[in-house]
Amino acid sequence: MEILVCVRRVPDTSENEIELDATGKDIEREELVYSVNEADNYAVEEALQIRDRVGGNVTVVTVGGEDDEEVLRRELAMGANRAVLISDDAFIASDGRGVATILKDFVQKGNYDLILCGVQADDGAAQIGGMLGAMLDYPFASLVNSITVEEGKLKVSREIEGGNRELNEIDLPCVLSIQTGINEPRYVGMRGIRQVASVPIPTLGASDLGVQKDSVGEAAAKVRREDYFVPALSNGAEMLHGSREENADKVLELVAARGGLK
Amino acid sequence: MVGIYSPSLITDWLVPGRDLFLTIHILGIACFLYIVAKRLVPLIRAERDLRFDRPLTRLGRVLKFWLGQWRHPRYKFAGTIHILIFAGFILLAVRAFSVLIVGVSENFVMPGLSGKAGHIYDIITDYASTVVFLCMLIAAVRRLVFKPARYAVPAKYGKGHTADAVFLLGLIAILMVADSLFSASNVAGHAQRGQSAEALATLSLPWLFQIAFGSMPLATLWVLNVTAYLVHEVTFYFLLCYRPFGIQFHVETSLFSIYFAKLERGALKPVRWGVPDERLDQVKSFGVKTFEDFTWKHMLDFYSCADCSRCADNCPANAAGRPLAPRFLTIKARDYAFQHYPVLGKANNGKSLIGNIYSEDEIWSCTTCGACEEECPLLVEYVDKIVDLRRGMIDDGNVPQSLQKPLKALENRGNPYGKMEKKKADWAKAAEFQRTCSVKILDEDNSARTLYFVDSITSYDDRIQSIGRSTSRILSHIGEDFGILGAAEKDSGHEVRRFGEEMLFMALRDHNTDAIKASGVQRIVTADPHAYNALKHDYKDVPPVEHISQVIAREVRAGNVQFNRVENEDKVYAYHDPCYLGRHNQIYDDPRAVLDAIPGLKRVEMKRSRDRSFCCGGGGLMLFYEPKEEQRMGVLRVRMAAEAGANVIVTACPFCMVNIEDAIKVAGMEGEMSAIDLTELVDQHLVRKVCPEKNVALETVSCGG
Repeated sequence: MEILVCVRRVPDTSENEIELDATGKDIEREELVYSVNEADNYAVEEALQIRDRVGGNVTVVTVGGEDDEEVLRRELAMGANRAVLISDDAFIASDGRGVATILKDFVQKGNYDLILCGVQADDGAAQIGGMLGAMLDYPFASLVNSITVEEGKLKVSREIEGGNRELNEIDLPCVLSIQTGINEPRYVGMRGIRQVASVPIPTLGASDLGVQKDSVGEAAAKVRREDYFVPALSNGAEMLHGSREENADKVLELVAARGGLK
Repeated sequence: MVGIYSPSLITDWLVPGRDLFLTIHILGIACFLYIVAKRLVPLIRAERDLRFDRPLTRLGRVLKFWLGQWRHPRYKFAGTIHILIFAGFILLAVRAFSVLIVGVSENFVMPGLSGKAGHIYDIITDYASTVVFLCMLIAAVRRLVFKPARYAVPAKYGKGHTADAVFLLGLIAILMVADSLFSASNVAGHAQRGQSAEALATLSLPWLFQIAFGSMPLATLWVLNVTAYLVHEVTFYFLLCYRPFGIQFHVETSLFSIYFAKLERGALKPVRWGVPDERLDQVKSFGVKTFEDFTWKHMLDFYSCADCSRCADNCPANAAGRPLAPRFLTIKARDYAFQHYPVLGKANNGKSLIGNIYSEDEIWSCTTCGACEEECPLLVEYVDKIVDLRRGMIDDGNVPQSLQKPLKALENRGNPYGKMEKKKADWAKAAEFQRTCSVKILDEDNSARTLYFVDSITSYDDRIQSIGRSTSRILSHIGEDFGILGAAEKDSGHEVRRFGEEMLFMALRDHNTDAIKASGVQRIVTADPHAYNALKHDYKDVPPVEHISQVIAREVRAGNVQFNRVENEDKVYAYHDPCYLGRHNQIYDDPRAVLDAIPGLKRVEMKRSRDRSFCCGGGGLMLFYEPKEEQRMGVLRVRMAAEAGANVIVTACPFCMVNIEDAIKVAGMEGEMSAIDLTELVDQHLVRKVCPEKNVALETVSCGG
């Protein structure tokens, strides 16, 4: 099975302190450290596991710039067969629809049976998967937390509200957005990354993909960010100073008062 | 030892005695050599291990740990029994050879053992075989009746080992009885013939047998004599050839295991012996994945283990109900080795150890505290094997999710918490603290003689930062010109390395080494035993490093610091030895000397202290790992302190502090038990000259120290 996984490089919120920059519409990027978006990493692991079960290849792709190559390399170290960087000045500041358009053109250049995305990026809007599916006229399933491969189709289960799950059959080719927790992604250490340091990662631009430049980029974007907020620091926690029994009673009371107990 | 009629002179059997016994000798020895050669096959296919250096040191250790049985008395009863058996075997070795040779050469006498010397030796061996025989009885009774708990085999590790142990005891007992009967019938025969015979040692086994059977007719004595000889002969060779199939193999291998045992404490084996760091990229696979990835010495360890279970008895992971017992790490590997390299037939295809022989949780459960290695009478190594197995798992990407986050944060930010580098020195910038002590951050403009290496937990953990502040105040107080690296300091990588992530460790080490060298300091002090161990054993080319307890102890001895009296008379202190200060680096006395220098401080020792200290739960990445366990190690430790009559646990390690404070809460002992770091305690009790106009301590720079 030929599998494509769309990944993104994001500032990991657990390793950064997000602050607003001078414009107030974006974050200060000076001292950020970046990682593969967590859900995308689960999608890559799932693709690798499917490949190892039924054969085929896993390609990872990202739309971005030179800096984004590091996440592709990490996924190669994980075991992906091929990585592609899609980069063009014309793509800068594309909105979600723009990115989906670029990916659609890339997919149509290849021959993929299955396209996986993470359920959403840490700084994203969970929109690419659905749009990409629609543009390709492929079926789409979101929040997928298990995949079984059958002849020409998949059985996928989806997480729905309240911890419930549903099981769906979906025809191939299709697009799935992968929920975290679907598997346990393998660890990639420095050694793994060094071993793929010399693997070439092709960069494709608008002309390589046949992307119509007026359908992407800032000019084509129909969604523009107006403002950005970081949560204000609250006054801190309320400390309970009683005995263990008193504290336990107090906690019960507080949780019940806020509707946490039924 | 000339017999009534030497067994070699038998002529009335199907084959002459000499031929029969010669055949048994040859068959027995050939069989033994064949089995040993088979056992050596995996060692030849194993990884390299460079252990041929420092022969004198190694011989010294053989004298101490092998001949001297140094560690046996740590378990008084079993240890004494073993020392007696071992001494008996050593004493009987020459006799055993002589007896064997007598079967083919009737007048053989071991050179040097004729005449008086021979008689004295005979007396000694009479008693030696008696003592060994009695020890076999006692050991069998112990195994069958008293059943010490540590020998029990949990169901998940297969069936019990008692039957095999008793079988071996029985074989040795038969050997002793046969030998004694042979002696007794010899002497009795001589006496009946009116020949001069050496007297047997009074109350020895041969002596008793002579009394019991000495009056038998000569012909019967002769049958007894030859039968005893034959039984001795057959049992000897059966035992010789049976030993390489189980725990008794240590009789042969222990000498080599101890000679080649690891000499450096605290240090870890390299990924590959003989491969320098810069060539590690060319190594195809890291760590131990299949049996052949172990080094030959580690395989030898598997053969040498005597299944005494002292390791598991001292293992905190085992005590807490984690799925790890060092003993079974070895026993399982040995069982697998025997099956993988059968005595008959070719070696079969190997399988990966993780998932087949060991479970992942088993290998992650170890805190590398070293209690097992400290206890093992045969110096079997465990920490290096655990780390090698982890290196293999890391290389395969097989790492629990709970550890992946901190490992990635270490790669990105240089600390497991993912905190910003620029906040590394925030602990030293708190206004309240700066009023009493100012800490230099070393850079192009600021230099110092001493570097205080803080490490991640002390820099970033709200509670533990207090240890950093106390350490700084102490260093200021004693007039040390010191500074910290601040944002330039990354995690020491101590646990990164012990969790098997060698490349990440190397990156951290190289970064820190450069930063330390650039700072121009002449020495390093740290309050974190893990950082101390890393800087001391894992780093190269950095200035000498000391733990803060060593620094304080020196100042105390020199009379440079005085302490105020302990205010609360009800407090009873127990010092908890951190693994990487105590066992791995042998610093036991300095922290105690500091505590004892505080006037009025009441100190008790926990039953498990010094080199038998009980790990609090592990440091570094172990704080992130979610073990499968029945209870926390820390809770067990806190209860031990309570049992000793203490109500304050003093530690000298930030990770011990985290684990023990958590454990006090988990055990519901808040209010009855508390924990304090040695530096905090010292800081509280230092006699300070007070700067009158500002009412702050003199070490404040603004006061002109």
